[in-house]
Amino acid sequence: MSVSPLVEELKRGLDAPICLTWELTYACNLSCIHCLSSSGQRDPDELTTAQAKAVLDELRDLQVFYINIGGGEPMIRRDFFEILEHSGKNGIGVKFSTNGAFIDAEKARRLAAMDYLDIQISLDGADALTNDAVRGEGSYAIARRAMDNLAAANFGPFKISVVMTRHNVSQLDEFKKLADSYGAQLRITRLRPAGRGADSWNDLHPTNEQQREIYNWLMSHGDNVLTGDSFFHLNALGPALPGLNMCGAGRVVCLIDPVGDVYACPFVIHDEFKAGSALDDGGFTKVWRESALFQELREPESAGACASCDSYDACQGGCMAAKFFTGLPLDGPDPECVKGHGEESLLSVPILLTPRPSPDHSKPSIMTLRQPAVRV
Amino acid sequence: MTITIDSACELDPRVSLRPEPFGALAYHYGNRRLVFLRHPDVVSVVKSLGEHVSVREALVANTVLEARWPAFVSAIDSLCESDIIRVR
Repeated sequence: MSVSPLVEELKRGLDAPICLTWELTYACNLSCIHCLSSSGQRDPDELTTAQAKAVLDELRDLQVFYINIGGGEPMIRRDFFEILEHSGKNGIGVKFSTNGAFIDAEKARRLAAMDYLDIQISLDGADALTNDAVRGEGSYAIARRAMDNLAAANFGPFKISVVMTRHNVSQLDEFKKLADSYGAQLRITRLRPAGRGADSWNDLHPTNEQQREIYNWLMSHGDNVLTGDSFFHLNALGPALPGLNMCGAGRVVCLIDPVGDVYACPFVIHDEFKAGSALDDGGFTKVWRESALFQELREPESAGACASCDSYDACQGGCMAAKFFTGLPLDGPDPECVKGHGEESLLSVPILLTPRPSPDHSKPSIMTLRQPAVRV
Repeated sequence: MTITIDSACELDPRVSLRPEPFGALAYHYGNRRLVFLRHPDVVSVVKSLGEHVSVREALVANTVLEARWPAFVSAIDSLCESDIIRVR
């Protein structure tokens, strides 16, 4: 399989991101054990409404057509609707991720009346038992109530967003059925060992057998299922899944965090992948175009230890974040390499030397429960 | 094929084009589709379609060599399928 010329172009980076993720707040009513942003408590330096609007104005000038808003729970921000409206007014489409806790009947109607808006409700189990084990007691009921409210308000096809774990791969058909029952669209994405996910990854990430199951399921049902292109490491199993099949970090996507810091992608909230701040002189534009980190990510990457593998063109060595947080070299196999090369490499990573996610906004009650990741 | 060399068409008004080194990104605000226009010549032809009575005239106006016309017609046809271009 050869890499298309377009992908080669995209790897050299664009003048502005195709889309970006903006975590609006680190505050959250839930404490999911795999939270990518270690959310819980609001950061006192969270962008003000005026600062947030200024960022949106800059994105409009850059012709960023749409953004993914997340958190934390973005609807916790008091100016949430003001930000949505400002975005819509400036031609920036929004898809926001929510656990649904704040989508009551009235909010659902308000959301249904807005343009350029997509909503994805997070759900990590097709039943309360499976979901709540990851997302917390009562979170399944909360999400379903939000879905009911959106359906009743005729919002249209919202999205149900599922992170694939060892405990829900077998429920793929049920997730699809649930989405169909609402006229919603199913979105499944890959679990990353980022944020609190670094601690839960060993227990949650799908087995090699389950990865094949995900791949096969996507091959037969993938047409109407979104994936955020997150499973390209599975392309070593056979014909490529739909999507760009490349790591977009700092090339076509990036992340702005609640305090305005810009990271290469939503899965690497860590100092090592911080490119700058949207509040710096020159703003987000300068960070995107000139930061040393992003320039480096746009250089041709080395296949490193994967160079001799005939699947490298297909899987591209997998996900940078997954490698980083499991302590693997970035120019080597993904920890979930379907050929098993990642598992071999993991054996040589010294225990307790894996990078710790930073910053951490977990609620104090969660912090005390957190143990350093121990790999067995 | 919906589009022929004689078709009269135009960029859908709900589409926004963003210039990029390889050509342009086309985003359709109605169906939220993102499409890559993979050559600067395609971008200039697509932009000018609305000002000409046919695809042929747009190609001539943009001094596209005749040998490349079939490729352009098929590119415009596939853009029509993704609703980036519409028939007038």
